[in-house]
Amino acid sequence: MAANADILPAAPGARRSLAPGLSIGISSLYLSAIVLLPLAALGWKAHGWGAISTPQATAALKLTLELSLVVALVNAVAGTAIAWTLVRDRFVGQGFVNALVDLPFALPTIVAGLTLLALYGPKSPVGINAAFTRWGLLLALLFVTLPFVVRTVQPVLFELDREMEDAAASLGASRFTTFLRIVLPSILPAVLSGVALAFARAVGEFGAVVLISGNLPFKTEVVAVYVFGRLESGDSGGAAAASVVILSISFGVLLAIGALRRWVTRHDR
Amino acid sequence: MIAKYALRFVSLGYLAVLLVAPIGFVFWQTFEHGVGPAWDTVATPDALHALKVTLILTAIAVPANTIFGVLCALAIVRHRYPGAGIVNAVVDLPLALSPVVVGLALLVLYGRGGWLGGHGIVFALPGMVLATIFVSLPFVVREVVPVLREIGTEQEQVAATLGASAFQTFRRVTWPAIRWATLYGVVLTTARALGEFGAVSVVSGRLAGQTESLTLYVQDRYQSFDNTGAYAAAVLLALLALATLLLMTRLKPNEGVQ
Amino acid sequence: MRRISLALIIGLAVPALAAGAAEDTKLTLVAYSTPKDAYGQLIPAFQKTQAGNGVSFSQSYGASGEQSRAVAAGLDADVVAFSLEPDVTSLVQKNLVAKSWNKDKYKGMVTRSVVVFVVRDGNPKKLKTWNDLLKPGVQVVTPNPFTSGGARWNVMAAYGGALRAGNTPKQAVDYLGKLWKHVVAQPTSAREGLQTFLAGRGDVFLAYENEAIFAQKKGQPVQFVIPKATILIENPIAVTSTSKHKTEAHAFVKFLHTRDAQKIFAQNGYRPVVPAAARGFNFPTRPQLFTIEYVGGWAKVEKKFFDPRTGIMVRFIGSSGG
Repeated sequence: MAANADILPAAPGARRSLAPGLSIGISSLYLSAIVLLPLAALGWKAHGWGAISTPQATAALKLTLELSLVVALVNAVAGTAIAWTLVRDRFVGQGFVNALVDLPFALPTIVAGLTLLALYGPKSPVGINAAFTRWGLLLALLFVTLPFVVRTVQPVLFELDREMEDAAASLGASRFTTFLRIVLPSILPAVLSGVALAFARAVGEFGAVVLISGNLPFKTEVVAVYVFGRLESGDSGGAAAASVVILSISFGVLLAIGALRRWVTRHDR
Repeated sequence: MIAKYALRFVSLGYLAVLLVAPIGFVFWQTFEHGVGPAWDTVATPDALHALKVTLILTAIAVPANTIFGVLCALAIVRHRYPGAGIVNAVVDLPLALSPVVVGLALLVLYGRGGWLGGHGIVFALPGMVLATIFVSLPFVVREVVPVLREIGTEQEQVAATLGASAFQTFRRVTWPAIRWATLYGVVLTTARALGEFGAVSVVSGRLAGQTESLTLYVQDRYQSFDNTGAYAAAVLLALLALATLLLMTRLKPNEGVQ
Repeated sequence: MRRISLALIIGLAVPALAAGAAEDTKLTLVAYSTPKDAYGQLIPAFQKTQAGNGVSFSQSYGASGEQSRAVAAGLDADVVAFSLEPDVTSLVQKNLVAKSWNKDKYKGMVTRSVVVFVVRDGNPKKLKTWNDLLKPGVQVVTPNPFTSGGARWNVMAAYGGALRAGNTPKQAVDYLGKLWKHVVAQPTSAREGLQTFLAGRGDVFLAYENEAIFAQKKGQPVQFVIPKATILIENPIAVTSTSKHKTEAHAFVKFLHTRDAQKIFAQNGYRPVVPAAARGFNFPTRPQLFTIEYVGGWAKVEKKFFDPRTGIMVRFIGSSGG
């Protein structure tokens, strides 16, 4: 299947897709200048690795990682369902909903925080009070990560050849079986791409979550706030060290998601 | 049939709670007292200047990240080279850093006593551009990579066999397939670039009327207990993001859906 | 189409940004957020004086600690105004502010305030003293003293309040421990703290008097109580040693200490450092008011309470939760 393209040997055609030196060279250079150089400076600044081993730091780190994984999982399911609804379903106001999907990014974090607190806090007009609990944190993180899976899956669903599905259906496969056997393998790499983004964003976010979470250490404090506290207390070395640790863990998770994607596509063959 | 409606119900319910309600609330808060007061707060010289700064940041960051994004996606999917997996993972890292730390990293690098310090990069527009590029870097890559994987290399190989040059193959075969994904990536990048606060805040110096972007202006209004002003500027950002999406969908070729 | 419009935007905007930079004397004021409105009135007033004639200003407002770090990292400032002294001290250590900055008549301070209890309408829980906050069921909101430098005033007010009530230093530390068990939210900044309180969380919000007055002026439904024993907040101002316009910068700082300028501060909720300027304003004095020196001075307090590794508050903020 086409989804296996990445493990095909670099055939003559592949080499011809664009001069490889150009795309590899430019993208490596750009990544190094924009991302790796500042990160290296951060690592150089890091000292006082104890900053991440205090009980408060480990509690915040554990909470953040657990929440981020939950956020990634919820997004995997909900994001795929939404993308499906937006591409394959037909209903009134579809274009409108589709247009709104990116807005959680464009809203400044303070406004997002204020809004979520007003809607789902103690004075909630809809009677949902999730504020000052981990549910509030989860809600805020789901809000800021909503576009990722939707927007990665949408274009793939769009490009997806529907002949296979029609064929499966005509052979008597149920809708669910068709989805599971035909559609899912094709969109899974996209889902995992979106999931990786959502996970990473959830690890780093704090602007939108702090108001609704109440920011209580050991209960609702996320690791980004802890790092900010270190910085504000004049311990920028510790803040940098903690950030490097968080980055390394995130890097590990992202590599694992990448490996999972490769395994899934290989397995599928 | 039931499954279809159940799915529609669940996804739309999720969207209603998590997306439509908060965004509707922001609009409602903004126009609670009519369009006039909202307009007044965004028509001040500081707000207009902040809008201009935001547009400049976006106008530089988005094209840069789009070109990089497509090239990087090609590098990741179409070429086997050592470290491709690592590049793939590094692309997402900018998101895992909290924006305040991104700002710190840029200060360490370009600030007083930094490796590349003393060139007027931080506390000026170039630093803000770098911060914006940093935080909005992954999106185009992440949009394009899955589509490149999905479409496979067959058609490209056919084109190559028929004697098309690498560039022709890209323009005639690859680009039409990834265009839709690239557009979504551009929309996401734009939205993120518009909304970024933390990292830009740290490296901007927040000089009102000079290095204040629209999100910094929102923060400033909020700090001054002018919530209408904050919401109005936020709505302006949301409208910019919507405009980008509409523009992009216009450019999109009519391939069936929508 | 799109490319043309982008080019247009850049073409129009870049020259506009570059303009405005070239002026004869331009002072850059880097300050913490709350006094923004006050400076909005003070700067035009200064420009009307002889010393301020022809001086223009760039202004930057943000969280005190973040502003201090920005100046340390190279943000060009002529005058810095922060919420608390350690933010200036860290610049002194980097030779960005002269050691003698606090040797004037006002010890480098430009405004004052006190820590107050912001309570619900009618003060239903009758909270008047620091001990009242320990009553069963009382919920306290305060910004996190590690993410908000300004919240350190709250901690020291509570600590000093306990000392004033006749406790030993050890007992006063115990009091802080008990108080933090009543803390139900610790947002990252004072403004977020007020937002949390207004959203319905907690019975009392620890804040500065000037912020409470400012919030009232902006129409926020806020009422506050000044406890009998509370800390006198003093906000520092300094001219940087990197300033290229030291004469004008010093003239500005001097102007801020005139009676007229201090009156403008008072109108914005700050207690003036020049006593005569307070006339006509209602700033109740409290018999047991104390300064930061009473609890040991910032240098000692920062180390004992707020060291991110060994400080006493590291332990306490973790026990919050009501």
